[in-house]
Amino acid sequence: MSLGALQLCLLFSSALFCVGLAGALSRSNSILVLLGIELMLNAANINFVAFWRYGPQPAPATGILFVIFSVAVAASEAAVGLALVISIYRQQRSIRLQEATRLKG
Amino acid sequence: MMTAALIGILLLTLAAGAVAMSLRNLIHSVLLLIVCWLGIATFYLWAGAEFLAFSQLLVYVGAVSMVVLFAILLTRRSRIDVAVAPDSASRALWALVAGFAVLGVLAYGMLNAKLPVSTSPVPSVSVRDLGAQLAGTHSAALLVIGLILTVALLGGVVIAASGRADIMEEKGK
Amino acid sequence: MISNIHSPDPLLERAPQLILDAVTGSLHEPWRWLANGVISIVMILAVFGGLFAALTLAERKILGRVQNRPGPNRTGPFGLLQPIADGIKTMTKEDIVPRDADQLLHLLAPVTLLASAFMAFAVIPFGRHLVALDLDSSVLYFFAVGATTELAIFMAGWASHNKYSLLAAMRALAQLISYELPLLMSWLPVVMLSGTLSATGIVAAQAGWKHGWMPSWHIFTPWGFAGFVVFMVAALAESNRSPFDLPEAESELIAGHLTEYSGCKYVLFFMAEYFGMTALSGMAVTLFLGGWHAPLPALEFIPSYAWFGMKLVALLLGFIWIRATFPRMRIDQLTRFSWKFLVPLALINVGTAAFWFLSAGWSGPMQAVRWALAAILVVLPFVLMGRRLSAGLAPRTYRYAT
Repeated sequence: MSLGALQLCLLFSSALFCVGLAGALSRSNSILVLLGIELMLNAANINFVAFWRYGPQPAPATGILFVIFSVAVAASEAAVGLALVISIYRQQRSIRLQEATRLKG
Repeated sequence: MMTAALIGILLLTLAAGAVAMSLRNLIHSVLLLIVCWLGIATFYLWAGAEFLAFSQLLVYVGAVSMVVLFAILLTRRSRIDVAVAPDSASRALWALVAGFAVLGVLAYGMLNAKLPVSTSPVPSVSVRDLGAQLAGTHSAALLVIGLILTVALLGGVVIAASGRADIMEEKGK
Repeated sequence: MISNIHSPDPLLERAPQLILDAVTGSLHEPWRWLANGVISIVMILAVFGGLFAALTLAERKILGRVQNRPGPNRTGPFGLLQPIADGIKTMTKEDIVPRDADQLLHLLAPVTLLASAFMAFAVIPFGRHLVALDLDSSVLYFFAVGATTELAIFMAGWASHNKYSLLAAMRALAQLISYELPLLMSWLPVVMLSGTLSATGIVAAQAGWKHGWMPSWHIFTPWGFAGFVVFMVAALAESNRSPFDLPEAESELIAGHLTEYSGCKYVLFFMAEYFGMTALSGMAVTLFLGGWHAPLPALEFIPSYAWFGMKLVALLLGFIWIRATFPRMRIDQLTRFSWKFLVPLALINVGTAAFWFLSAGWSGPMQAVRWALAAILVVLPFVLMGRRLSAGLAPRTYRYAT
C-alpha cells in the first residue's frame, strides 16, 4: 500500500516520541530526562495537528487549540521541573537521577 | 516536490532529536534540540497552523531553551566543563530496545489502521477564528491554563530560591 | 495587482510595484513567485544595508556634535566615506578565535543573530503595497524571530570559552529576558483594539483622520501613548542601546560577550545590533505611528514609503539622541526598572485599552469623560510607581553646578 500523508505525519510523530522515550530512559542526567519528556509531549502535539490537518473539513480548530494548551502546560512543566533540578543540585551537588534517593523509605 | 522537502525536514528533525539525546555535552544537546523544535515549528507551518508555529518558536526557542540553558549552567560540576559522565551501556541498550519496541507497535497499528483522510487542500484557520474559539467555547480552559501557568511559575521561583540561604552560609564559612 | 479604481494611486506610489512587474511580469507562476521573493530579499538587504552605513556615520557625527567635537571628517568630503573605510578596515582584519573555543558555535552565533535580525524585516509593511510577507499573524512572527537573539548571545558567550564572556552573556540574557516581557505586553493593546495580528491589518486600522485633521494613529490615544513609551524603552533595552547597553559597555566592561570576537564576526554582531534596532523601530512605526499613513490629508501626495522612511529615521535619530544624553544604568537598577515599573505599567495599560474598547460607544460630552478617565488610568500609576521607584534617589541636587 502507498503511504498516505497522514500516515507519514503519524510515523514521524511516533518516531519522535520513541527518540524522546529512549533518551529519557537511557540518560541519568535529570535535565536530559526532562528534555526527553518535552520531546514526547511535542510528538503528541504533532499528532493533534496532523489529525486536524487531515480530519474532516471544515472543522473547528480544536486540534490547534489543544496544542496551544499543551504547549502552555509543557512550558510550566519545564519551569517547575528545572526549578526542582536546581533545588536538588543545591542539596546534593549532583543531578544524577540515581543519586536523588533521599526520599526513599 | 513539496513532500520531498517536507520529508527532508522531518528526517533532519528526527536526526537532531536523536543526536541531541545521545551527546555528552549538554549545551550541544540543547542547541540540537532547538533545531528539532524548529523542525517541528516548520511542520506546523506546513500543516497550515501558522499561529501555532510561531507560538512554538516563541515558547520553545525563546523561553524553554533559555530556562534549560540557565539550569545547565547553574548545575554544572566544574566551571568550564558541562560534559556529563557516560551512562551505563546496558541501560542505553535497554532504552533503545524499549524505544524500538514502542515504535514497532505504533507503526504496526498506524499502517494497518483505516484512517479517514480528507482530500481537501490545506485548511486555513485565521487568528481571529482561533481567538473567538479560545474566548468563546474554551474560555474556562483558558482561565484554568492561565492559573496553572501563574502558579507553576511562582512555584518554580519559590523552589529554586529556597535553600539559597544555606549556600550563602556555606560560602561564609 | 493594484487596480483600485476609486482612488488611483499617483505614479510614485505605484513605482515599486510597476518596476517589479516590468522585471518579473514575463515569468511563469512558480518562477515568478521565486523571482519576486528574491527581489524583495535583495531590496531589503540593499536598502537597510545602506541605511546601516548611513546610520553608523550619522551616529558618530551626532555624538561628536553633542560632545562638542567634529566627529569623523577625514575620509572623503565631510567624512562621508567613513563607513566604506570602516568596512574595508574590519573586513581585512585577522579573525582571531581562541584555541579552546567551540569553533562551530563561535561562528554560528553572529550568523544566527544577523539572520534573525534580517528575518524580522520580512513582515514590516514599508508602503501601501510594499510588504515582503503578508502573514495572518505577522506581529507574532516578528517577535518570535526576535526571540532567537537571546540564543545567539548565549552561544557567543559560551563558545568563547572565557568565563568573563560567559558571565557577560548571562548578564545580557538577564536583561533581555526582563525586557522581553514589557516589550510583548506593550503591543497587546494594539492587537486588542485593532482586532488583528497582521501588520498590514494594524496599519489599515490606523487609516483616516478624526475631525478631518487628527490622524487616528494609535499613539494619539492614552493607551497608545503609554504603550508606545513602554515599547520604545523596552526596544532600547532589547537592542542593547544606551542607557541599557550593559551587555556591551565598552567603556567599563571590556565588551561583554563580544570580548573574544574580532574582525568580520565582530562586524556581524555590530550589524545585527543596528538591524535589530531598525527592525524594532519599524515595528514601532507600524504598531503605533500609523505605519505608512500620512499625518495630514493634504500631505498624501508624498508616497507612502517616504512617510514610513521619515518616521523610521526620526525614531532612529531619537535612539542616537538618547544615547548621547543619558548615563548608563547599573544592572540591578536596570532589572528593577523593568520588573517594578515597566511590567506593571504595561499590565495596567492592557486594562486601559479594555476600558477604551468598552467605552467606544460614548459620545458627546461623555467622550471628554472617556479621555479623562483613560488619561488618569495612564498617568496615575506612572506617577505613583515612579515616586516609589525613585524614592531616596530623586530629585537630585547638584551642589556645585548652578
